[in-house]
Amino acid sequence: MVSKECVYTEKHEWARRDDDKVVIGISDYAQQELGEIVFVELPREGSTYAAGDAAATIESVKTVSDIYIPVAGTVSSVNTALENSPEQVNSDPYGEGWVFSITPERMEDLDSLLSPEAYEKLLEEA
Amino acid sequence: MSYIANTPSDREVMLEKIGTASGTIDDLFKAVPQSLKIDSLNLPPGKSEYEVKKVLGQLASGNTSHLQCFVGGGFYDHYIPSAIDALTSRSEFYTAYTPYQPEASQGTLQAIYEFQSAICRITGMEAANASMYDGGTAIYEAAMMALRITGRNKIIIDKGLSPIYRKMIYSYTSNLSIDFEEPPFTLGKCDRKAIAGMVDEETAAVVLQNPNFFGVIDDHSDIAEICHGKGALLIESVYPVSLGILKTPREMGADIVVGEGQSLGIPLSFGGPYLGFMATMKPYIRKMPGRIAGKTTDRHGKEGYVLTLQTREQHIRRDKATSNICTNQALCALRALIFLSLYGRTGLKELAHQCRDKAEFAKAKLREVKGITVYEDEPTFNEFLITLPIDPRTVISRMMDRGYAAGFPVARYYPELDKSLLVAITEKRTKQEISIFAEMLEDVLWN
Amino acid sequence: MELIFDKSKEGRKGYTLPARDVPKAAELPKSLLRAEGACLPSVTENEVVRHFTNLSILNFNVDRNFYPLGSCTMKYNPKFTEEIASREEFTSQHPLLPQLPHGAAICQGSLSVLKGLEDALSEIAGMDAFTLQPLAGAHGELTGVMLIAAYHRKHGNRKKYVLIPDSGHGTNPATAAIAGYEVKTIPSGPDGCLDMEKFKETLNDEVAAVMLTSPNTLGVFNPRIKEIADLTHKAGGLMYYDGANLNAILGKVRPGDLGFDVVHINLHKTFSTPHGGGGPGAGPVGVKKELIPFLPVSRVVRRTDGSFALNYNEPDSIGYVAPFYGNFLILVRAYAYILHLGADGLKEVGENAVLNANYLLSLLKDYYTPGCDYSNHCMHEFVLSADQQKKSGVSALDIAKALIDRGVHPPTVYFPLIVKEALMIEPTETESKETLDRFAEVMIALAGEAREKPESFAELPKNTPVGRLDEVKAVKQMDLCSLC
Repeated sequence: MVSKECVYTEKHEWARRDDDKVVIGISDYAQQELGEIVFVELPREGSTYAAGDAAATIESVKTVSDIYIPVAGTVSSVNTALENSPEQVNSDPYGEGWVFSITPERMEDLDSLLSPEAYEKLLEEA
Repeated sequence: MSYIANTPSDREVMLEKIGTASGTIDDLFKAVPQSLKIDSLNLPPGKSEYEVKKVLGQLASGNTSHLQCFVGGGFYDHYIPSAIDALTSRSEFYTAYTPYQPEASQGTLQAIYEFQSAICRITGMEAANASMYDGGTAIYEAAMMALRITGRNKIIIDKGLSPIYRKMIYSYTSNLSIDFEEPPFTLGKCDRKAIAGMVDEETAAVVLQNPNFFGVIDDHSDIAEICHGKGALLIESVYPVSLGILKTPREMGADIVVGEGQSLGIPLSFGGPYLGFMATMKPYIRKMPGRIAGKTTDRHGKEGYVLTLQTREQHIRRDKATSNICTNQALCALRALIFLSLYGRTGLKELAHQCRDKAEFAKAKLREVKGITVYEDEPTFNEFLITLPIDPRTVISRMMDRGYAAGFPVARYYPELDKSLLVAITEKRTKQEISIFAEMLEDVLWN
Repeated sequence: MELIFDKSKEGRKGYTLPARDVPKAAELPKSLLRAEGACLPSVTENEVVRHFTNLSILNFNVDRNFYPLGSCTMKYNPKFTEEIASREEFTSQHPLLPQLPHGAAICQGSLSVLKGLEDALSEIAGMDAFTLQPLAGAHGELTGVMLIAAYHRKHGNRKKYVLIPDSGHGTNPATAAIAGYEVKTIPSGPDGCLDMEKFKETLNDEVAAVMLTSPNTLGVFNPRIKEIADLTHKAGGLMYYDGANLNAILGKVRPGDLGFDVVHINLHKTFSTPHGGGGPGAGPVGVKKELIPFLPVSRVVRRTDGSFALNYNEPDSIGYVAPFYGNFLILVRAYAYILHLGADGLKEVGENAVLNANYLLSLLKDYYTPGCDYSNHCMHEFVLSADQQKKSGVSALDIAKALIDRGVHPPTVYFPLIVKEALMIEPTETESKETLDRFAEVMIALAGEAREKPESFAELPKNTPVGRLDEVKAVKQMDLCSLC
């Protein structure tokens, strides 16, 4: 499932504009590939990253994946609910499973990410 | 040949099934360039089991093994209850593999869980790992863990920490740019003022040992406060037998505890195998290296144990792993667990008391020897420094001729202590042996 | 099974101490004492023995079961070496004795074992010297990479990278990273060997070392290994050999002759010291003469009068990687094993390890997809993929659990990472043809069951003390110890 409200990266992160912030998580495809999520290492609020930096990690029992920040920015809040319920990433990857949100350096950077249609095409080719 | 079952006819049948060019084993090695193959290793032909035992028996006789041992330095001549060898020589334990397949390894896994529990119970900490190679590598791993947790780059190491372990940390980190600082040397308790002066917002951890290398007992609670006040961690290296009576690192406020478990049922072994242990508090568990066993249930709700939190480890994390450790010291951890189970709460306490009582008795006897000064400034556990009127190395040689390993001349690592000898006492030394030891020293010094 | 702590009853004792024959020492100040005694169990010795004996029988072990674990070399552990390693002359020696004046004189037996083993391993591996200090294979890897770093530092070489194939064991990149290097991964070709073009592209003068094992983790011997070594040396890098697969080439070809500068050996694999449920092992490291000055101290030296001493005076040494001379009682076992096998026996190890693996491969290759092209045979191990079985919903993990159900320890699964649903199989030379035939029968039966009734795998294993355990629950509930 690909949410129409987000834009995507080739590494299966999604980003969604929310006023002056950008919310970030991993796609439905990514959560399926990982299997049951048991732990999410959230970034520190206030940390600044360049586009493509590994900002968080997400773990199942046997795998670890980095979450790469889609656009440059500073972390404004993190989804602390994932500390006790990491499985929310599986059950609602685009909603309650959001990982962190940032104040982007430039909101226009979102335009260079994949549209939902382009991401769907990428998944078909995989 | 021993241990190989294939007979010539087995080999023929197998080669036929495989189907090689010329039906020989050489065909299977044809990827190896001919010019690099060797015909034979330049080693003697194999000896029978009987002959090997004889050869090694002859070599073994080149060791003097009946010296009465007064040497410690972190490794102690404690009694090892016979049940330990009996249990750990069961092939179900010693020929088992790492418990990656938990359904085939519940014996090993439950033993690891119990070992982790035992370490937590003696140190007071909240979680322990399945073991590290030894007490020295455990300290290095703890330092790396503190760097990971705090994101800082400075480690303060007290000179009371074993000089051997300090040498190891510096060896491991020489290719990394970590900032190490050592407060000035003090023989007794560590120098609080100096440490407080060094701990700052760049400090990841302070590393202390209790009792320290000289057997001196201390309460590091105030140092824990200094550390925590600046967001740094306290790493304590401990001697597990002493925890029968001494204040636990948890009670002092330590964040990571490590130590050498040799004194828990492992023979002196001329260098190994030994047993490193590590324990910490809940918030730091995911930053801890090493294997960890956890409790869970199977699909029918039956309790069982598995290796868990494996995403920290090398086989999953690879270059981002908490450590590269793979094989650890499982069988030695089992020995320590059995030791702690046999002694139990009352036994460990009694053992610790006996070691200290006998050490105090030894001090009293040595105080009476002309020319010997016994360290008195601070309380000690089972090890203490004595100062001699002549070169300790001369004393050691003469005592060795009389059948004693009389102590360790610390000048090798602390040059300013060139007249001192570190003497260790365990429950194995009797009142009479200690009295005679003191008499022998008097003899060696004055006759 | 109940925990030992749960069997505790106040008043029970499992120990005896000699009666106190000295006066009680003066009480320590309260601030130095623990508030309460350690919460350890009060149980009798017989209860302890029963508890651990019952735990032990829950384990698979080499003395009972076949363990075709790729990369682990689970060969038979001889019994006579256990006896030798229990000799009091060896077990009772305090490690600081050689550091006492004239201390070496009372440790000649142990020192001769150390030197004897170093010399034998040098000959076996084709290297110029060994250190026996590293306490496990991964520890040997770290020591080896530290030696390489010291060498480059001394020669003023500015090096940043270590190259590792994508088939490499996880300890390789973990080791390189903690030694301060950045890892660059080189892909493998369809033959399982290093992709030479990608390798040449990535190799440059900033590469400190290339870490390889030979044969590789697919069990394939790369015939171009010497070429790789020559290219690496030309670029100013060093070749590191991960000795995990040494069993394949024992007595046939030596890593030193293939161009490796540093090797580590896993004594608990190739030299048959027992696995212990996860250690202790030992990972001695061998070097070519250019690296000798950097070896850890102490070094065992033979004096002119034939006696042995320890030399600590090596100014370029990397220092101590272990507190003393290595896991000595493990070293004794390996030395005894080498003396027992001798040149002729060691050669038979390599030959039969490779024969057994190829025979097993020939029995299984029509039922499971080979992990790479084995038309030129494999060496001591091979990788199969359960991809065909996965199509009907049976994974490598399911096959592993089914094997446990039949009393066989599974092969290594999901390694190397480059093969999907990998089953990595290494029979070793100590297994008989009958054991191999039986294993193949079981594997073939399972392939059939994967086709006919794939749904039956989910409930396996059934014949074990516990069924398939919930690893997700283990992580989530994080119950890592039982506290008071």
